[in-house]
Amino acid sequence: MYKILEKEKLNDLVELMVIHAPFVARKCEPGQFVILRVDEKGERIPLTIADFDREKESVTIIYQILGYSTKLLSEKKVGDCLQDFVGPLGKASELKKHKRVLGIGGGVGAAPLYPQIKKLAEMGVEVDVILGGRSKEFILLADKFEAICNQVYFATDDGTKGKKGFVTDLLKELLNSGNKYDEVIAIGPLLMMKAVVDITKPEKIKTTVSLNPIMVDGTGMCGGCRVTVGGEIKFACVDGPDFDGFLVDFDECIRRQGMYKEEEHICRIGLGGV
Amino acid sequence: MPNMSLNKVKMPEQDPQVRNQNFDEVALGYTKEQAMEEATRCLNCKHKPCVSGCPVNVPIPEFIKEVTQGNFEKAYELITKENNLPAICGRVCPQENQCEKNCVRGIKGEPVGIGRLERFVADYHMQQGKKSSPDIKKNGIKVAVVGGGPAGLTCAGDLAKLGYDVTIFEALHTLGGVLMYGIPEFRLPKKLVEAEIQNIIDLGVKIEKNVVVGRSVTIDELIEEGYKAVFIGSGAGLPKFMGIEGENLNGVYSANEFLTRINLMKAYDFPNSPTPVKVGEKVAVIGGGNVAMDAARTAKRLGAKEVYIIYRRGEEELPARKEEIIHAREEGIIFKFLSNPKKINGENGWVKSIECVEMELAEADESGRRRPVEKKGSNFTVDIDTVIVAIGQGPNPLIRQTTPGLLTKEWGGIVVHEETMETSKENVYAGGDAVTGAATVILAMGAGKKAARAIHQKLQEDKSK
Ligand SMILES: Cc1cc2nc3c(=O)[nH]c(=O)nc-3n(C[C@H](O)[C@H](O)[C@H](O)COP(=O)(O)OP(=O)(O)OC[C@H]3O[C@@H](n4cnc5c(N)ncnc54)[C@H](O)[C@@H]3O)c2cc1C
Ligand SMILES: Cc1cc2nc3c(=O)[nH]c(=O)nc-3n(C[C@H](O)[C@H](O)[C@H](O)COP(=O)(O)OP(=O)(O)OC[C@H]3O[C@@H](n4cnc5c(N)ncnc54)[C@H](O)[C@@H]3O)c2cc1C
Ligand code: SF4
Ligand code: SF4
Ligand code: FES
Repeated sequence: MYKILEKEKLNDLVELMVIHAPFVARKCEPGQFVILRVDEKGERIPLTIADFDREKESVTIIYQILGYSTKLLSEKKVGDCLQDFVGPLGKASELKKHKRVLGIGGGVGAAPLYPQIKKLAEMGVEVDVILGGRSKEFILLADKFEAICNQVYFATDDGTKGKKGFVTDLLKELLNSGNKYDEVIAIGPLLMMKAVVDITKPEKIKTTVSLNPIMVDGTGMCGGCRVTVGGEIKFACVDGPDFDGFLVDFDECIRRQGMYKEEEHICRIGLGGV
Repeated sequence: MPNMSLNKVKMPEQDPQVRNQNFDEVALGYTKEQAMEEATRCLNCKHKPCVSGCPVNVPIPEFIKEVTQGNFEKAYELITKENNLPAICGRVCPQENQCEKNCVRGIKGEPVGIGRLERFVADYHMQQGKKSSPDIKKNGIKVAVVGGGPAGLTCAGDLAKLGYDVTIFEALHTLGGVLMYGIPEFRLPKKLVEAEIQNIIDLGVKIEKNVVVGRSVTIDELIEEGYKAVFIGSGAGLPKFMGIEGENLNGVYSANEFLTRINLMKAYDFPNSPTPVKVGEKVAVIGGGNVAMDAARTAKRLGAKEVYIIYRRGEEELPARKEEIIHAREEGIIFKFLSNPKKINGENGWVKSIECVEMELAEADESGRRRPVEKKGSNFTVDIDTVIVAIGQGPNPLIRQTTPGLLTKEWGGIVVHEETMETSKENVYAGGDAVTGAATVILAMGAGKKAARAIHQKLQEDKSK
């Protein structure tokens, strides 16, 4: 069993937990994720490793309460245990010692972005970051990013923090005003990552995205997480989750992610709703 | 005087039209009387041809003799000397190609129902609820087993009996491998798998679930941590796809995903279980092995009205166990032989129909099987909602990529020394589907057993050095 060591509410929908998980904490690297089950009847849900502490053998997860399983997770308290917690899964991000990198985090995407940016900063790379969200409360980890980045820009749908608009509006502005980046790392909703690539691809700025297809085992056994990258089938849980954004078939990913929309709805009604 | 009936004593089964709507076991098993009657068909042959067909050498005539006399516990003892999982093998072994294939009674009439008797004996023992606590002298030597499928479980059980301190590292949240997530409840009740696994745990085997070797820990690290030998039984891994248009449409599953959602994650009980699965009214399953039969029969049970098995060769060539083919047909599965999928058509991103082409069989190739070739212009289309691809698996690259010095074949299977199951890395052994590609439960167990014996020998030698 995997004990919850800390828990924090980041906003109305997003929470952070620190979990005791020696096998994961000992070896994980930025870009990797875990799959957990809250209780013995639970569904297997993937969450990115947002931070880790090798000495305390602990791993931080940041999750958005979206449906049944994340709601169940949020009902757990410090001192409670999770049934299963397996990882680290997926390939670690290939972080290069570039001169200058731009990170883009949309909503809860800021969480998986953070460990990558932290590692880049430690490697001496100059990093700028754009964080976006519905409104001020939905901007995550702003202080943590500000502590390690060269510049952090904000975009909110309602203009309550930073620019009123999308992260892509800021991206365009930065590029138009002559900023040069060796690589863009974009993590967030699929539509956001797609929109980022639509801007960076014509400019030929290498763009890495992190895909989050529906997963079951996370070990390469089921093939449910398959995505088309450069015309080939890849399994996001073993070949990814990071891929070259120029090559990803986003429309297919978006379609496949919605495969259980109806069932997710049924499930929520049955269990009191969010 | 042996019972000279040409046929096996019939095993009671659930009615096909009832069972294709529930997940209870199809075959109900023999009663004591039926088992004893079937057992008297065995001639107790001196040269034991049946035993040479069994990959783990179950002492068949000996245990059957005990059954004729009603000594079921004694029969159980005899079987479990060689086979740690008899209730499972009795149900899922392809007996017609193994023990029963060689049975002399099969020359004229049906062979002795060896599998059915093995199953009866194991079930009888379980019903008595007796636990035999074996007297094991621990030797304190640590051995690691990667993967808790039949290969790993067998190797772990045998080594534990020899006194080793065995730990199984399993990636999933449950042990059992394909026995838990692949083979469905109606063919292999999970309670029973759990009970047979518990017998192995009771031998003192330690279990570390949720550990993906190659990610959470590597083989080299296990050795550094003091495991004197490692057995890799990580199974067959990545499902194959056909590479045809439309394969990533919503509604296309690999058999592994479909069956895992249902067996391991209990999607049949949705929404009481949170994991969903989509079945639809019309389902096409591609392939002709056990996996395809299981997927098709499962889809039927989840309410599909029409379920097709699309197979590119003929009925004769179907690789599935004979009993499963008969059961599938009785349950109303529709077979489309000599048909090969060309394309899956979609509408709004969801599967709509599948286009196939008819095939004919050319002369036999090196493998001895007749090669199917397309009949030009014979394309036909079937309307469907769901496609389940069951055309096999390729090995998972995780362990291969993270274990320097571990030789694998071109297709990814781990290379082993056939006598000992030792890999190219000293004191690292492997067996089961990870070595052979998708095969059978009993072959995986046979490999685990062989490796356990070789590990014991090697570690004893190392110690005396
Ligand atoms: C590699 C990876 C990393 C992820 N990292 C994070 C993270 O750091 N923080 C975070 O909040 N979320 C993350 N997610 C998404 C997270 O797994 C889903 O939000 C969660 O599974 C939703 O479950 P639910 O039952 O609460 O909601 P549901 O109502 O069941 O689903 C809501 C949405 O979540 C997605 N989803 C549902 N089940 C799964 C599943 N088994 N696998 C993947 N997606 C699913 C679907 O898009 C669905 O529409 C990640 C997903 C992947 C694949
Ligand atoms: C649907 C289906 C039906 C079948 N029907 C039959 C049948 O009727 N009769 C028959 O004889 N055979 C049948 N088979 C084949 C049979 O199940 C397999 O040949 C057998 O299970 C192989 O055993 P194994 O121990 O090698 O591997 P598996 O059973 O695949 O077990 C491997 C285990 O290792 C774990 N693992 C994998 N990678 C790692 C890792 N990196 N770290 C830790 N753990 C890991 C897996 O999670 C799994 O638990 C069927 C297979 C399927 C899929
Ligand atoms: S283990 Fe399988 S092959 Fe061996 S006797 Fe039993 S049923 Fe036959
Ligand atoms: S070959 Fe058949 S009849 Fe002869 S001992 Fe074996 S099971 Fe009995
Ligand atoms: S989640 Fe099953 S193969 Fe990736």
